Amino acid sequence: MNTVVCVKQVPDTETLIKVQGAGIATEGIKWVMNPYDEFAVEEALQQKEKMKAGAVSIVSLGPARAIEAIRTGLAMGADTAVHINDAAYYDKADPYATAAALAAAVKGLQYDAIFLGKQAIDDDAAQVPAMLAEMLGIPVVTMVIKFEVAADKSKATVTREIEGGQAVVEVPLPAVFSAQKGLNEPRYASLPGIMKAKKKPVDVKTAADLGVSEGPKTVVKEMTLPPARQAGKVIAGDDAAAKAKELARILHEEVKIV
Amino acid sequence: MAGTLIYAEVQKGEIKKGSFEVTSKAKELGGDVAVCLIGTGVEGLASQLAKYGADKIYVVDGPEYENYVTEAYVQAFKQVADTVNPTVILASATAQGKDFVPAVAARLGVGAISDCVDLKKEGDKIVAKRPVYAGKAYVMTEAVADPQVIAVRPNSFAVKEVAGAGAVEKAAVSLDASKIKAVVKSIEVAQTDEPDQTEAEIIVSGGRGMKGPENFKMLEDLAKLFGPTATTGASRAAVDAGWREHSYQVGQTGKTVSPNLYIACGISGAIQHLAGMGTSKVIVAINKDAEAPIFQKADYGVVDDLFNVVPVLISEIQKMKG
Repeated sequence: MNTVVCVKQVPDTETLIKVQGAGIATEGIKWVMNPYDEFAVEEALQQKEKMKAGAVSIVSLGPARAIEAIRTGLAMGADTAVHINDAAYYDKADPYATAAALAAAVKGLQYDAIFLGKQAIDDDAAQVPAMLAEMLGIPVVTMVIKFEVAADKSKATVTREIEGGQAVVEVPLPAVFSAQKGLNEPRYASLPGIMKAKKKPVDVKTAADLGVSEGPKTVVKEMTLPPARQAGKVIAGDDAAAKAKELARILHEEVKIV
Repeated sequence: MAGTLIYAEVQKGEIKKGSFEVTSKAKELGGDVAVCLIGTGVEGLASQLAKYGADKIYVVDGPEYENYVTEAYVQAFKQVADTVNPTVILASATAQGKDFVPAVAARLGVGAISDCVDLKKEGDKIVAKRPVYAGKAYVMTEAVADPQVIAVRPNSFAVKEVAGAGAVEKAAVSLDASKIKAVVKSIEVAQTDEPDQTEAEIIVSGGRGMKGPENFKMLEDLAKLFGPTATTGASRAAVDAGWREHSYQVGQTGKTVSPNLYIACGISGAIQHLAGMGTSKVIVAINKDAEAPIFQKADYGVVDDLFNVVPVLISEIQKMKG
């Protein structure tokens, strides 16, 4: 089975965010592969291993630094990659423009399935999987926590999270799938994997090379930090019971909930 | 005239609260408010939307809409949108809304703005405020072209009673079945009388500090005292430990909630958890570790053993209620 995995390089979860213009100040940031994309890479690798055939291609839009996230995917076991290395396009790209660039890159590849993380933890938009599918004219199933493919690769039977439960969906391939936590346990790149990754082919393109000139459809006008929170009130009391009584009083008189 | 088209979601035979929230917000922002209601046997629900500001309700009703399938719903909604020609499209950013909104936007050839917590009108544009980086920052975002497609986090706006003209019309929709490729084979949803966490006004949530599944009974008891709009939640640690079902999980991999009151019991407050509840109006934290990050987000903090605090809190509230 041939799969494409779209990954994004994002600031590590613990990053302290500093605003610069309508974005974030990038110095000192530790960049990682978007954690939900790790589930996507892992699923593609497991499917390849199960089928004992096919290749896994990583596709990523990002500036030069994004190669590190791509190498992470290759070190985990992916075979080839396309890096849409285009800082100017990336800096302005909204989810629509991102999907347009990914779609153009994916069109040149062989695939039965495309995996992405359910959302990137930078803009938290969770839009690219559906938009990519629309642009490729293939179905999409989001929030996938279980994935099985028919032996003839004609269809997949997947379990997706829905409100308060799960749904089992059958969909013909090729299709786009967005990975939710629980789909699998992503592997760590092994040392030999990391060494091998350095020699794996990465096709570097610009948006123009791919014939994409799609401008963003949404624009960030301003970024702000949340208003500094007033220091929370630590509820005093001689013991737990006294504190609990005071909390009950606050809920009644100040929060006016009870 | 410029107007808004709303996607109204139906779950278990009822219109979601979030759909009413965006309907009354749309009325407040001005212009005609149309709603598209899709489902099986949903026609009877349409008139409810008039009370919250809907001027026109387009009903797409048929057996083919029994289970939500992205492509079928997108096709139907697009045909209604082509008729209405709205300048703004709003939906509630529920689990279903998060799937539906980007797909509809792409079909219409426009962008989308996800999971917004506030909307302001500036001329012809809606400027939408939304959290990014797990709530560590906010952005003000606007669409470059109409229709401006925007999903709103549930509980961001109150449901306001404001009369709309409320004309109901059965929309003539024809689906291209050859393009509807995904088939829902089965659905498993937990049966509960409690409100969904995303709609609840009060959530009593437990984490690793709860020590075991049996202790969540205490949180359920507390939630019950707050009435029918209250429910319980859980952190990822509690769900991963198998103490609570995943449907209770609040956080980046679970539900994003914005209740009026969030009581975090034995929850340390990892960034992934804060991402899911940081926009709660009032946050109370009960944790014996004074260094727990949750206290930096909390409006009220009790640094003590929750097993000594919660039972007394329950009996105190019982006393207050007489």
